Amino acid sequence: MRPSRARGAARHAWLFVVPAVSAYALFVLWPIVQTFKYSFYNWDGVSTATWAGWQNYKTVFSNSQLLAVIGHSFELMLFFSAVPIILGLAVATVMRRFATGRVSAVARTVLFLPQVVPLVAAGIAWSWMLSSTGAVDEVLTHIGLGSLAQAWLGGFNTALPAVGVIGAWVLLGLCTVLLLTGMSKIDPMLYEAAQLDGASPLREFISITLPELRQEIGVCVTVTVIAALSAFDIVYISTQGGPGNATMVPGLEIYELAFYNRQVGLASALAVVLMALVLACIMPVQWLTKRGARP
Amino acid sequence: MKPAHRSRRRGAPAALRWPAIATLLAAAFATSPPAAPPAAAAANPASFAANCGTKPVTLQGYFETGFPGTVELTKLFTKQYPNVTWKIREDPFAVITQDAPLVLSSPNPPDLMRTPQITGLVKDHILLNLDRFYKIFGWDKFPASDLEQLRVDPSGRPQGVGPVWAMGINYSMTGVFYNKALAAKVGIKLPPATLAQLDEDMAKAKAAGVLPVEQFDSAGNGGLIFPLQYLMADYTIAASGSVQPINAWVLDQPHATIVTHANLLAVEHLDQWIKDGYFNADANAVPYSTMMARFEHGQGLFIFDGDWESGNLDHNFPGKYGFFLFPPLKAGGKQAAMSAPLTYGIPATAKHASCAAYFLNWVQTNPAARALNVAVYGSNPGGPASLPIPPVKPGTVTAQTLAAGRVIAKEDGAMGFIANAAGPIDAEAWTPAVQKLFGGQITPQAVLTTVQADYEQELSAP
Repeated sequence: MRPSRARGAARHAWLFVVPAVSAYALFVLWPIVQTFKYSFYNWDGVSTATWAGWQNYKTVFSNSQLLAVIGHSFELMLFFSAVPIILGLAVATVMRRFATGRVSAVARTVLFLPQVVPLVAAGIAWSWMLSSTGAVDEVLTHIGLGSLAQAWLGGFNTALPAVGVIGAWVLLGLCTVLLLTGMSKIDPMLYEAAQLDGASPLREFISITLPELRQEIGVCVTVTVIAALSAFDIVYISTQGGPGNATMVPGLEIYELAFYNRQVGLASALAVVLMALVLACIMPVQWLTKRGARP
Repeated sequence: MKPAHRSRRRGAPAALRWPAIATLLAAAFATSPPAAPPAAAAANPASFAANCGTKPVTLQGYFETGFPGTVELTKLFTKQYPNVTWKIREDPFAVITQDAPLVLSSPNPPDLMRTPQITGLVKDHILLNLDRFYKIFGWDKFPASDLEQLRVDPSGRPQGVGPVWAMGINYSMTGVFYNKALAAKVGIKLPPATLAQLDEDMAKAKAAGVLPVEQFDSAGNGGLIFPLQYLMADYTIAASGSVQPINAWVLDQPHATIVTHANLLAVEHLDQWIKDGYFNADANAVPYSTMMARFEHGQGLFIFDGDWESGNLDHNFPGKYGFFLFPPLKAGGKQAAMSAPLTYGIPATAKHASCAAYFLNWVQTNPAARALNVAVYGSNPGGPASLPIPPVKPGTVTAQTLAAGRVIAKEDGAMGFIANAAGPIDAEAWTPAVQKLFGGQITPQAVLTTVQADYEQELSAP
């Protein structure tokens, strides 16, 4: 009887899974497959498509403007990934050591708030702050650095870093909270033992905190790298890819190719390349963080 | 046992995963390629009664946000034709532009839609050919120049020839707006008679600590092409006597090029203005709305803009602003301005196409509608050349822009917007090019060659 009951339970389990799997297949997998298919056609979104073979992919890899757009994503990674994770580690460490009870709760809430604010609203607010009459330039002027004041989102050398700062602001809270949660799981005895051995706070951080946070750091890297590579909202609202094409990123380029230029095939090819790029960046991170993870 | 148990549950085994992906891909490629929607029966010409009849009709409109005048006109239309009611949806320009092909080809399209770009829609056969109304409504009495930008070859290009595919609610015109108080403060007499005088006025303003030009040029809104096109017109008229070469380029005429000596002089002139600091330093980060807000708050002696702001300035700041046409290169020379219809089209499968067309004709010919149009928009209401322009209060900005329109019509100086040539060339080529010029990233020659390259690529696309 037992094998037959087990098979029945398995069948019932599948029934529970079917709705979610169906929705996932319909709204995620099928559009991905369709995108892959469209990438082999020349199509304006309305008229009948014509077969293009690999031409759209050749264009993606030979068009200097499209390659520059992909390059911008890697520059953004510095701000979207490195800055929030490094700052997040620092803030989480300080909070774990010094902020307790209500102070810690308030700090966590304040840091996490950017995650709650819609990115469009954040983009608009930051655009105001980074304009030539905005808060950033006013502060600079008040502290005697008026010569540095400028329209940060309008300068060819400042626009991309300025967009990166907005991204770092959004993701800092998420990374901090994730890392704090990870720190709370670390056995306090490890720190006590280290302190008995005379370890400095820096040594504790390097030898205990960092290795124990391997998985959380992995999650942070994964989330932030995806955010950098697929950035759209912040760029669309703050610069629309300008000035020139200084802040153009793949997500926005795909949108413009598909809906303004009506080159659905080329947009789909760029989307497929972007997806492959995300996987190529994320899979090694996943593999590295899973190796030697906490049991 | 635990780890083994966990790994078994991690996901479907590879043996199952890859066939599943292969099956999905096979299913996708097995289906036919993306195809045009089945050709729906276009409105039957025989059924066109050239009016809205007497039975109740609900017209569906899809309009652009920020143009309340059109909604006001629909209300007036319902007042005159009570059997017609409206169901209106509004979206910003960007949304309308990107959604137009999908909306027009949908099974239930609106009856009337704002259509900023019509060439691609004509090529896809989703706009109604309005030539069937041409004689019924007497559009042959309309100025030919008003309809030129609404004509497109059925293949999608060139523009300027072929059937009429859309109509203008009105016909806007551009020039230079100025702040009267700042002009008095600087001590200049406007309007300048020549381009050299305008240069002098700007230099005087700069010397007096007044910003000569408040300019928008943020991404997606490359506003520097306004002064650029004025300058192109001046130098082109000096070289060839008319703005025809510019219009040929805007209308995608074969072999048209923008890489000319006259245009190079124009870009160099603009570059000199940039280097002289005549524009706000943050122009590349300033959207149109910010420019207007600053100008309305007294910042900037001039703005390069269109008569769609006339009504706003007259209503909210009476007597504070003035308007003049961009001055010619030589005193007494021909003047030119960008002029374009506020285009509305009818989907090929619209349910009430004849009623929508009747509305488009009514807007331009009905005296009350024309008066409302001028009062709200401040633009030329179009219509037959024999119809008078509704009277406006003398001395207002609207009076000045309407008078300027008559000068442009007389001198045949109307130009289409260079931003409207060849599909998405504004966002793709012009805006990045003028932004780079403003930022000192490219030379004047490179502005023209990069835009021309993009133009030719766009026109050669299948």
